[in-house]
Amino acid sequence: MIKAILIFNNHGKPRLSKFYEHYSEDTEQQIIRETFHLVSKRDENVCNFLEGGMLIGGSDNKLIYRHYATLYFVFCVDSSESELGILDLIQAGIAGAPARAVSAVKNMNLPEMPRNINIGDISIKVPNLPSFK
Amino acid sequence: MALKIVKGSIDRMFDKNLQDLVRGIRNHKEDEAKYISTCIDEIKQELKQDNIAVKANAVCKLTYLQMLGYDVSWAAFNIVEVMSSSKFTYKRIGYLAASQCFHESTDVIMLTTNQIRKDLSSPNQYDTGVALTGLSCFVTPDLARDLANDIMTLMSHTKPYIRKKAVLIMYKVFLKYPESLRPAFPRLKEKLEDPDPGVQSAAVNVICELARRNPKNYLSLAPLFFKLMTSSTNNWVLIKIIKLFGALTPLEPRLGKKLIEPLTNLIHSTSAMSLLYECVNTVIAVLISLSSGMPNHSASIQLCVQKLRILIEDSDQNLKYLGLLAMSKILKTHPKSVQSHKDLILQCLDDKDESIRLRALDLLYGMVSKKNLMEIVKKLMLHVDKAEGTTYRDELLTKIIDICSQSNYQYITNFEWYISILVELTRLEGTRHGHLIASQMLDVAIRVKAIRAFAVAQMATLLDNAHLLTGNTQRNGICEVLYAAAWICGEFSEHLENPMQTLEAMLRPKVATLPGHIQAVYVQNAAKLFATVLRSQEGNTEGTAAQETSQLMIDRLPLFVQSANLEVQERASCILQLVKYIQKLQQKDVEVAEEVNALFAGELNPVAPKAQKKVPVPEGLDLDAWINEPPSESESEDEKPKAIFAKEEPKHSRPRHTEVDEKELARRREARKQEQANNPFYIKASPSSQKVYQDAPGVEHIPVVQIDLSVPLKVPGLPMSDQYVKLEEERRQKERAEKKKKEKKKRKEKRSGRGKKHDSGPESEEDITPAHMVDIVTEEMPENALPSDDDDKDPNDPHKALDIDLDKPLADSEKLPVRSHRPTEAPKSPAEDGDTESAAPQEPKKKSSKEKKEKKKDKEKDRKKSKEEKKKKKHKHEEGEDLLGGQPDEPAVQSEETNEVAAPPTSTSAEVSDLDFWLSNAPVPSNSQEAATVAAAAAPVPQEASGTAPDSEPDEPKDTETEETKSSKHKKKKQKKEKEEKEKKKKKKHHHHHHHSDGGGDESVQNGTVEEEEEPLPPMSNYCLLAENSYIKMMMEDADQVCDIQGNLQDGSQVVVSVIFENKCDSFLKSMEFNVLDSLNSKLQRPEGAGPHDGLTVPFQLPPGVSNEARFVFTVQSIVMPQKLKGTLTFIVKNEDSSTHEKLDFKLHFTCTSYLITTPCYSDAFAKLLESGDLKCSSVRLEGVNMPFHHLLARICFHHHFSVVERIDSCASMYSRSIQGHHVCLLVKTADQTVSIDAKCDEPSLLGNVLDEIKQTFSQC
Repeated sequence: MIKAILIFNNHGKPRLSKFYEHYSEDTEQQIIRETFHLVSKRDENVCNFLEGGMLIGGSDNKLIYRHYATLYFVFCVDSSESELGILDLIQAGIAGAPARAVSAVKNMNLPEMPRNINIGDISIKVPNLPSFK
Repeated sequence: MALKIVKGSIDRMFDKNLQDLVRGIRNHKEDEAKYISTCIDEIKQELKQDNIAVKANAVCKLTYLQMLGYDVSWAAFNIVEVMSSSKFTYKRIGYLAASQCFHESTDVIMLTTNQIRKDLSSPNQYDTGVALTGLSCFVTPDLARDLANDIMTLMSHTKPYIRKKAVLIMYKVFLKYPESLRPAFPRLKEKLEDPDPGVQSAAVNVICELARRNPKNYLSLAPLFFKLMTSSTNNWVLIKIIKLFGALTPLEPRLGKKLIEPLTNLIHSTSAMSLLYECVNTVIAVLISLSSGMPNHSASIQLCVQKLRILIEDSDQNLKYLGLLAMSKILKTHPKSVQSHKDLILQCLDDKDESIRLRALDLLYGMVSKKNLMEIVKKLMLHVDKAEGTTYRDELLTKIIDICSQSNYQYITNFEWYISILVELTRLEGTRHGHLIASQMLDVAIRVKAIRAFAVAQMATLLDNAHLLTGNTQRNGICEVLYAAAWICGEFSEHLENPMQTLEAMLRPKVATLPGHIQAVYVQNAAKLFATVLRSQEGNTEGTAAQETSQLMIDRLPLFVQSANLEVQERASCILQLVKYIQKLQQKDVEVAEEVNALFAGELNPVAPKAQKKVPVPEGLDLDAWINEPPSESESEDEKPKAIFAKEEPKHSRPRHTEVDEKELARRREARKQEQANNPFYIKASPSSQKVYQDAPGVEHIPVVQIDLSVPLKVPGLPMSDQYVKLEEERRQKERAEKKKKEKKKRKEKRSGRGKKHDSGPESEEDITPAHMVDIVTEEMPENALPSDDDDKDPNDPHKALDIDLDKPLADSEKLPVRSHRPTEAPKSPAEDGDTESAAPQEPKKKSSKEKKEKKKDKEKDRKKSKEEKKKKKHKHEEGEDLLGGQPDEPAVQSEETNEVAAPPTSTSAEVSDLDFWLSNAPVPSNSQEAATVAAAAAPVPQEASGTAPDSEPDEPKDTETEETKSSKHKKKKQKKEKEEKEKKKKKKHHHHHHHSDGGGDESVQNGTVEEEEEPLPPMSNYCLLAENSYIKMMMEDADQVCDIQGNLQDGSQVVVSVIFENKCDSFLKSMEFNVLDSLNSKLQRPEGAGPHDGLTVPFQLPPGVSNEARFVFTVQSIVMPQKLKGTLTFIVKNEDSSTHEKLDFKLHFTCTSYLITTPCYSDAFAKLLESGDLKCSSVRLEGVNMPFHHLLARICFHHHFSVVERIDSCASMYSRSIQGHHVCLLVKTADQTVSIDAKCDEPSLLGNVLDEIKQTFSQC
């Protein structure tokens, strides 16, 4: 299961955070900070998985992240998720996001086309929600 | 007023929206906190306004601020306000905010229950969707309980968008309200075969998540998942299923065997790396579960390892990482297959990515053997030198030590080499692991007796060069090594070549800069050395040397006496006094050496770390017993202290301890001795161990001397371990040569012993030569020891509550709580109300159990080959026919009923044996599908059950029946189903289609008015046959059930038609489309955008023999007349080789009764209604009705949706209401087989039709 989705910038400033388990605001920020420290230390060309003692989930927990320009997209997941699947999901979440979200992403200084990643060929369908009025 | 609105909207123009807020925060980098606090003030103002748009905007901003870490719980109530907005855009904001900051202790949550329920049942699918999404984040046990039923209904929503979400949220509901799992599970299972891939995927996810925590309860689903795995092409779903199988295989090794083949196929065929990886992982899990035996699986291992190698060799770091991760799993059970890829893994040690290097290190741990240990460690030592950054270097250091020390130094063939490695490691600057090295040195020196001389020599060198290590003491953890060095030199000082020199080294003034605990060891061991030195010097003729030594001690020790460390000070002053005394004696020419040595005589043995814990509690000692009786509650407070310090205390406790009498103690001591004697690892003071040491000729033969010569030990910086590697190689070659020459010598000579081991590979465990002697102190009394890690399960794990047996048939008490939807109208009879509502969720449950049974039948067919089975089945058949044909309805029903009640054990065991069968049956899935022949011909289900449950005693049914009549709505449903099944059977036999109404029997207790029930009621069904052909059968429930729960009786009256589709052929039915020719009055509700003649897709496919229910909503304008609608069902019959389009025509008959809803009514309200005079009157007489009056009433209630208002003897008043609000009142009287019904209604034609229908009902019986 996905425990949390965190998006923060290169300075660790949260842009979006979604926790699927309840934590107090302080703990949430602490998790974001800790995650940022772990993730920001890593080079560009190293693997996208991180294990180890986190505040969330304990030993079963994994961090899977991608770094696009100024933003980190981090998923905290447990062992029931496929690592490569989540990477694809992050990819699809950005590449396949509806137009409005893309403009928001642009606003966040994202590259328009995320670099091509050669992992699997899982077909991802992101349904476009009809716009509401 | 208008002005106010205008003013409000102008104000709003200046309000900040979310974007402004984000921009603002960016522009106030310096004083962000201040800026945000002003924003929060603004938001507070905005929340005070009445305008919902303003509020929504404010809440939207708060949501973002919450993400930034600001507590916004104070706005919880405003969030609820925004959630309840009727406009979707605002509602969405509200739900988002709620999902972000509501949690179980948010008190406003309880206010949301009704709002959420309303949104869930909203006609707009996006309202429902957003409510489901939000709810999933903040569902509480209360919400879960209250809404479980609503969500379950949504699981069969027509829109996949909603079904998907409803299925997913059920997981959260289960977590919060575990009681819902069993009632909801059948439907969840059904969703595994939903035609929409999204819904299917959701169901797979939920079940996988559930099964991961309690796998054994889900083993019975394995066949279904297996089918999905072999048929699905959705990689996301496949990954989940494959992961789930990984969790299931440890429980059922046979499953693993079955999996290997399809998984291997997938590995070969898939191009998706993620899927490939998961397949490999699960194959590994399977192999682990099968690790014993199964020789033919080496191919699978090879395949996995080979695929993993491809992953590791990939340039993508992620794949490399995962490959190593999976490799380490294989390593545990099949180390040999991994060892052949040593090159690759060593290569990974050079990777630039630290995580990969660490993974590779993990792998190395398992890859070492006696053969390659030196080589690998040498490589690691190179890395230690190269490593940048202390963390990685420390990691390397611990790994080296781990690798070498694993399983009691199993792989170390040369301990001198190991000591040199340890000494080399001391050169590491700034490592935190000094103590680790130190403890290894101590451990090896103490436990490997043969190595002591060498170790002592090395340690003496270390002590001599202590200044190298202590360069910058304080931040250098490496000085810990000196602790070990000093102790070893002191304890085993007899091996020192030049003890005097070492003693001097230990008494250097610089030592005082070391940490206290090390100094303490220095002082103590200086005394030991002193004793040794004395002995050697006294042996010589010169007495002065000994006195000089004493003088040295006396000169140096005061330094330590002044130490700030208490321990050092105390030891130093003690020893100083001792030495002074010795000096006095020496001056008198007394020989003291012997006595001084006696101070340190004896050997210190290592103790296992857990030894203390493992000491068993002596018999008769109850640690939990009170030593003193606790002061009783009644005692006044000032008495308490007295009681605690009472003098009886010791008296109470003492006898307890002495209870173990002398005899017993002696006996135990004897037993323990016996055990120790038998324990090869227990170190005894007996000469045998001493002998080992003395006998060890190796000590002399090991090239100690050579090394001492070739490698200047005085400079510990040199990597002398390399020398050992070389030497070892030479030695091994020599051995090999030697061994060829003289096989016999190997016993005598240590080296050839080694050589043999070397040749036979790491597996051989024999022939431990003295130099390898590793003493293991086993834990004492291990039989009393409990595995220390048995309580790794978190007691707070919510999944614990979900450990529920799902195969057991549902009990009556298990149902989801259903809220009454018309509380104001029917406060008296919520149960009744619930019945109509709960009908929806209950039916599929029953059905799925039916499905199971049918599957079982199929399986049985499969077993036809075995004659025994055949006989058994025949027997069943006969029995079944007997029951069906030979007896009137009631007893048959009764026995069925008993079986239902008595069934649980039988059916679970049947389920289990089902799985057994599936697992033991090697053929692949297609086979089982093939075997699934038509249910129509097979033995009728209930009869089969009665065949398996022979204990249907005659008195039991009565009991259950009467019990049942008391209340349970569920049973009614069950009865209904059974009846229905029976009807089906009949149909099958007679093959004629008629609008059916069921046989004798009736129903009572509609709303608790009829209580004095004497006779059991036979079941009834509302389902009637709609159409049937050789492929498919459609059963329609007498169109009833109004969807419009909110009571919007005026507009858009809806009627829901439930149709059961049953696949009667042995092919797969898919792409079913249900279409009805709309009349002016009634229209089938079609999804938005569909044309008026488009069919509705039935949201499922039917495997052979399976039936499922679909619901269709019709809009009816006028309800006063019954109507018939013509319809067609088109579907595709798919065989293995062909698929054909088929169609089936049917007629939907909407009776006027269908438009009535069972509505309870108070008798006074009823009286008022009759008095009002608005109602038209009509009446009907039924002749020749010979059934008890309560049966009659029950029939009317059941078939025509009436409720009994009042009953007096043979007269009853009944009430019902149409979906458009017409009141229908009946007065039913009976006398001598004649029933007269006087009816009143505000719509005469409706009334007439209803009466006609009632008449028809009774004419049929």
